[in-house]
Amino acid sequence: MSDLEAFRASIRDFIEKNAPKSLVGTRYGKFSGYWGGRKASPEPDVLAWFQAALARGLTAPTWPKEYGGGGLSREEGQIFDEELEIRRLPPPLVGVGLTMIGPTLLDYGTEEQKKEHLPAIVRGEIRWAQGYSEPGAGSDLAGLSTRAVRDGDHFVIDGQKTWTTYADRSDWIFVLVRTNTAVKKQLGITFLLVDMATPGVSTRPIDLISGWSPFCETFFDGVRVPARNVVGPVDGGWTVAKALLGYERSMVGEAMSGEVAGAEAKLAARARRALGAPAGPLPDEGMRQEIAQVAMDSSAFLLALEKLRQTMSAGHKPGAESSTLKIIGSDLKQRRWDLGVRIAGPEGLGWEGPEYDPEDLAATREWLRSRANTIEGGTSEIQLNIIAKQVLGLGGGK
Amino acid sequence: MKLTYDEEQDLLAATARDFFTASTPIERIRKLRDAKDPVGFSRDVWKKMADLGFTASVLPEEYGGMGLGFTELCIVLEEAGRKLAPEPLVSTLLLGAQALLLGGTAEQKRQYLPKIASGDAIVTVAWQERAGRFDPMAVTTTAERTPGGARLTGEKIDVLDAGAADALVVSARGAEGITLFVVDPRAKGVHVQRQSRIDSRGSAVVRLDGALVREDAVVGRAGQGLEVLSAVLDRACVGLSAEMLGGATQAFEDTVSYLKTRKQFDVPIGSFQALQHRAARLFIELTLARAAVLGAARTVDEEPANLPRMASLAKARASDAFLHVANEAVQMHGGIGVTDEFHIGFYLKRARVAELTFGDAAWHRRRWATLGGY
Repeated sequence: MSDLEAFRASIRDFIEKNAPKSLVGTRYGKFSGYWGGRKASPEPDVLAWFQAALARGLTAPTWPKEYGGGGLSREEGQIFDEELEIRRLPPPLVGVGLTMIGPTLLDYGTEEQKKEHLPAIVRGEIRWAQGYSEPGAGSDLAGLSTRAVRDGDHFVIDGQKTWTTYADRSDWIFVLVRTNTAVKKQLGITFLLVDMATPGVSTRPIDLISGWSPFCETFFDGVRVPARNVVGPVDGGWTVAKALLGYERSMVGEAMSGEVAGAEAKLAARARRALGAPAGPLPDEGMRQEIAQVAMDSSAFLLALEKLRQTMSAGHKPGAESSTLKIIGSDLKQRRWDLGVRIAGPEGLGWEGPEYDPEDLAATREWLRSRANTIEGGTSEIQLNIIAKQVLGLGGGK
Repeated sequence: MKLTYDEEQDLLAATARDFFTASTPIERIRKLRDAKDPVGFSRDVWKKMADLGFTASVLPEEYGGMGLGFTELCIVLEEAGRKLAPEPLVSTLLLGAQALLLGGTAEQKRQYLPKIASGDAIVTVAWQERAGRFDPMAVTTTAERTPGGARLTGEKIDVLDAGAADALVVSARGAEGITLFVVDPRAKGVHVQRQSRIDSRGSAVVRLDGALVREDAVVGRAGQGLEVLSAVLDRACVGLSAEMLGGATQAFEDTVSYLKTRKQFDVPIGSFQALQHRAARLFIELTLARAAVLGAARTVDEEPANLPRMASLAKARASDAFLHVANEAVQMHGGIGVTDEFHIGFYLKRARVAELTFGDAAWHRRRWATLGGY
């Protein structure tokens, strides 16, 4: 048995002994994993799974041991993920800390910052939010105007961030702030880590067209942050910010994969119900073609995602591929729910109430929610710009 | 399933790319077309491909092959597709050789496969008829029993490289159902009439006018034809999709270069966002097509039970991508794109032919749905 095979066997054994049966198959449900943080109130089984994994060093499997990680190689980390995927088990820990700020600190953080923040993420103590967009800075992120002014060994922040996902449930937030207005806009941005318990930080949820509120606005009113919380150089935060976006996009692509994978069977079942056709070929050829098209494109997307995973485990850092997969994944998600609503016909028009099937109601909300998929995490148009410039070498445009 | 190439596969791709770049300038395709070449490809180039092992790679070693995987064959097909090389890869390696390999008797394999491996035999499959579009069951060609064999009557269309073939594998309907027969194209009662298609490759109508074949011409067993043919067409779909991926990628790359050099309003037209986003969309489409083709090629060797769906996935994705890329390539080249003098139109014509070979995207989506039980 090779080392990796032995490792796989030991991981299987760990999962069999520790993963609560109730979590099997829940990998792609809403809020499936443990998000951690001071405000967390997880289901007992979710917490038990997290704690078992923490004891085994598997909440941040590939992070270095010195920061509380599992110290696993990329291959070993992939094996753990594969074994979870096979059982549709959620990872023991999820969230922005693990997938976005953690990797960024590993690359750009000071030793002190790594020691302060990484173990707290690993242990699920701190939940992170992202403070990038502003009311006046969406796609043109570098045009942000939240200011931070140096005052001794502190920075004082004034301004507003928006689309701060689950800021109301988070403990810390990383923010991009303007520290220099005399230079080209990308060169006057600083990357700061802010404890949300600091006086002057407040947050409120934003209601979406779907009726859900995963996003918030976060306000900064004279918030004092120690200068040691700057990641990268002062005025040099744009490089750090872009690196983090690369992690975000690849995560978004990953996040799409589960929903996309189960779409075909659900759409076909829905069509059978709507058409009153319990067996045989669907009597509506147009609908059949549309379901097959979404399903086939989903299969191709999953293969493309797997291909990227394989090149990444060979040591390749995700670049513009993340943009490509983000576009494909978000388009597919929209097409899937759009088709789902259309298949249901009039039964797909419900907002709430007992007159409608709960599954139809959920699908319609998902359709509305999915309209944001091509906007959040960088609009599709911005992703197309990135592909045109970085991959195709087409310059000159805005 | 591994979706990246190892070092040897990278090397094969580089070798194939160098070979087709050197041997197949667009002028060669144009000359073959303008000369109304009866064969439609170069036997000399085919022989050189054999010398490089391209024809032997996928065949088993016991028949003079190299015993490599389907992925290796697809690598060569993709590079051939980039340069629109018209050599009989599809007819002989994807159709003829696979029909004999999957269905043929030991004697048939011994007779033809080593010669295919060495580049000395062209074998194709005559399965399509005027009615039925892409349906391998739409067979009206008849096989009547005779003492010692059968008598074949009917008409087959789009028989790839029939004009150059040493043997045709023909589907015909008889008492046992659909059967495949090995037919000598020079035999009495066999008439091969070259078609002039938009891609000017060698394809022909084959008329069987009571052609007589011996008992040993039956591929495998009588009545087994559909089963063998379906398996062959699945593999052919995967291979042709690889060729289409190559053609689409080349047409795309040529177009992106043009966007960088063509100036209007004093700037390269590639600086216009309207064109940048369309080019980026094509890149995305090619990313999906490539993933589908790589997955399907691996499926042939590693998960044959899943091949029918994966073959349809690859062919549908490749068909949509190649057509989309070729249409956009012509449009983005503007006026010169619609001239015969410029090469990009050759890609559009090949895209259309390849799309309508072995089933277009809509046909494969229907098949996918049927295989998926809905």
